Amino acid sequence: MTNTGSNAKPMPSADATVKLIPKPFWLLAEVTYRCPLHCAFCYNPTDYVEHTQNELSTEQWISVLREARKMGALQLGISGGEPLLRDDIEEIVAEAGRLGYYSNLITSGVGLTEKRLAEFKRGGLDHIQLSMHDITKEINNFITDTNTFDLKKKVAGMIKDYGYPMVLNVVIHRYNIEHLGEILEMADAIGADYVELANTQYYGWSLLNRSQLMPTREQLVKAEAVTNEFRARVGSRMKIYFVVPDYYADRPKKCMNGWGEVFMIVTADGTVLPCHSARSLPNMEFPNIRNGASLEWTWNESPAFTKYRGDDWMKEPCRSCPEKEKDLGGCRCQTFLLTGDAEGADPVCSLSPHHDIILQAIEDAKNPLLASQPILFRNDKNSKLIAEGALKELVAPFHSLP
Amino acid sequence: MSDKIRSEDVFGLARFYRFQWEEAQNGYVLLFPEGMVKLNGGAGEVVKRLDGAKTVGQIVDELKQAFPDALEIENDIYAMLELAHDKYWIERKTNA
Repeated sequence: MTNTGSNAKPMPSADATVKLIPKPFWLLAEVTYRCPLHCAFCYNPTDYVEHTQNELSTEQWISVLREARKMGALQLGISGGEPLLRDDIEEIVAEAGRLGYYSNLITSGVGLTEKRLAEFKRGGLDHIQLSMHDITKEINNFITDTNTFDLKKKVAGMIKDYGYPMVLNVVIHRYNIEHLGEILEMADAIGADYVELANTQYYGWSLLNRSQLMPTREQLVKAEAVTNEFRARVGSRMKIYFVVPDYYADRPKKCMNGWGEVFMIVTADGTVLPCHSARSLPNMEFPNIRNGASLEWTWNESPAFTKYRGDDWMKEPCRSCPEKEKDLGGCRCQTFLLTGDAEGADPVCSLSPHHDIILQAIEDAKNPLLASQPILFRNDKNSKLIAEGALKELVAPFHSLP
Repeated sequence: MSDKIRSEDVFGLARFYRFQWEEAQNGYVLLFPEGMVKLNGGAGEVVKRLDGAKTVGQIVDELKQAFPDALEIENDIYAMLELAHDKYWIERKTNA
């Protein structure tokens, strides 16, 4: 299996790492869209109730894991919704362990018990990423529209007790950005090894709530400074990732590290997507494993996965841009949702002819009238309303359903 | 920020890191929360031997035997260990 041993082959240089070959390295299994939390910033599709029926069976998930692993998938995220609402996560985890995945359960912590943790450990789950929202009970419970603050603290302790790395994910928005220093102190106090400070990206529910969630540039600058100070103080004890919000950047993000380059998402109902929000794009048909689509064909050949792979699809100003390899023109979904042209430059880019849309959104977030509008929480009732075509005025500014 | 790697040092993988051979990559990878690194052949040969018991000096001897034609192998190994230590992929298990 390895090339070591008695043969006298010259040893290759040991001085550097090498680039990864494009393969679906990361498999994200969005096993359910059901969720006990109702977070205002959720990126799930606003009409998710349409996809909560016909969830894949345990056997179907196991065959997804096997097929993807053969194609070279290595990192597995088990996400949702709240994955723990399914009672077969133990089986999925155990299969992932047998196949040699590096597996991660992405959870709110609701439904995590000692018994399940013990099973996950036995099955070979590598880590658990727990979402945390704030140091205050009030903001935690408000933004998730649930009473989950005490539960999250308890679950964090349990994860640690089982010898798992403590990986916290904190979605940052206007309501918690001023508490970032305290949030990091809390993370350190509960023994966090990794903390991801994920500034809200505006897709799904968070796009509908954008004016209410977006922090100001001043708040963001301060938050970054607080993070850097904290980083310097704790050193290697805690690794902190600060995900910069693209609305305040001059150039767009290299979305999903390129369309169909690294990530493959299989959703609850078996639809295979190159990114979470791809369903919002027009004239696209995404393969579904229920209809017999193989992952191999989907990844390598399906029109949906090849459409925006590489840069052949690009128009100006991206096509001749010296930075096009760096960001691949940004996010297709964001571009379509905001401008109505999926092939244009991401409006986040200051070179986009539609950049004013972003500047306006930043202004809107400062407008007290818009910012004080009620938040639309992610729940079945609201999702049904949206799917039925009610709440038109909320959806109207966008070129498809967020 | 890195302190000098010494021949009597003993290293192991950092906590929570996993190291494995990936057939699809035809190489070794390091896996950790939020990321992964593909190691080139030489780096893989070094990390594979970090078992928390062998000293750096013993690993150098082993690799010299396994790859007698490799030039400058000792410098390469020390450079690799320094990089891996700076990036927190590996940690000292005991201090001699």
